[in-house]
Amino acid sequence: MAYSDKVLDHYENPRNVGSLDKNDPNVGTGMVGAPACGDVMKLMIKVNDAGIIEDAKFKTYGCGSAIASSSLVTEWLKGKTVDEAYAIKNSAIAEELALPPVKIHCSVLAEDAIKAAVADIKAKQLAAREAA
Amino acid sequence: MWMWREFHSVNLNYFQIFELETKFNVDLATLESNYRKIQSASHPDRFVTATSTEKLASMQTATLANEAYQTLKSPTLRAAYLLGLQGINAITETSTAMPVDFLMQQMEWREAVEDNATNLSGMHRLLRNIKQETITLQQALADELDAKQAWQAAAETLRKLQFMDKLREEIARKLEILED
Repeated sequence: MAYSDKVLDHYENPRNVGSLDKNDPNVGTGMVGAPACGDVMKLMIKVNDAGIIEDAKFKTYGCGSAIASSSLVTEWLKGKTVDEAYAIKNSAIAEELALPPVKIHCSVLAEDAIKAAVADIKAKQLAAREAA
Repeated sequence: MWMWREFHSVNLNYFQIFELETKFNVDLATLESNYRKIQSASHPDRFVTATSTEKLASMQTATLANEAYQTLKSPTLRAAYLLGLQGINAITETSTAMPVDFLMQQMEWREAVEDNATNLSGMHRLLRNIKQETITLQQALADELDAKQAWQAAAETLRKLQFMDKLREEIARKLEILED
């Protein structure tokens, strides 16, 4: 299957690969997996006190489209508020990367990873407030 | 011997085609021997002088039997087929919510595969662990599908098994490169 230039670019030079400190109270982690293809994706975001995402890292085991989708969203996430991040739709990811229909699920995985990371940071912050 | 027309007219499922009980723990020896019987009975060589209708029917028999055999031979496909008979599609493209601890374990295994990419004995050790975990999941499936009819639990186990299959394929690919 032919990958688009943008997918190839992210696949060959993935941005923001790695991890953040999961014990940092300002770091949220999203773990998702797609049984259909066996891909696993981990997305971590660091949110400052103003609710802005300062840093994002990912680690994905999967096909080129899954790696490109997660690499792209780490670029998009930086500077966004968590609510803006939550509103990112898989269709925007698929469109930016020109994903073919059979690879749309890779962009769904990336969207779900963002939602899981945001849910995690919100749960962490809530727990911190309740403990305070 | 069943022929294609009978497969359809009496609406046999894949298990019944091979005269097997419809359950996860199948008798693999019976599956194998009944598959061979159907393949040989529907072989094109036997239909050289047959009518075109008979030729077509024998070809369709062979095709359907092959598809059924491939499905039942694989524990993962067999479980998915059994759940399908219950109207459950366990592996949809858009389901991404898996238990977090399971995904963490998957991540660790995949990192270990990466770290051991050039280490033959390390890869074999990983493969052993993953095969063991696969067997554990298959035993859980047998219990959920055959003993308890716990379809949703079985669907969850099947989704996990999909990841293990993928992991095994990945290791097999890396081992092939290493052992070349």
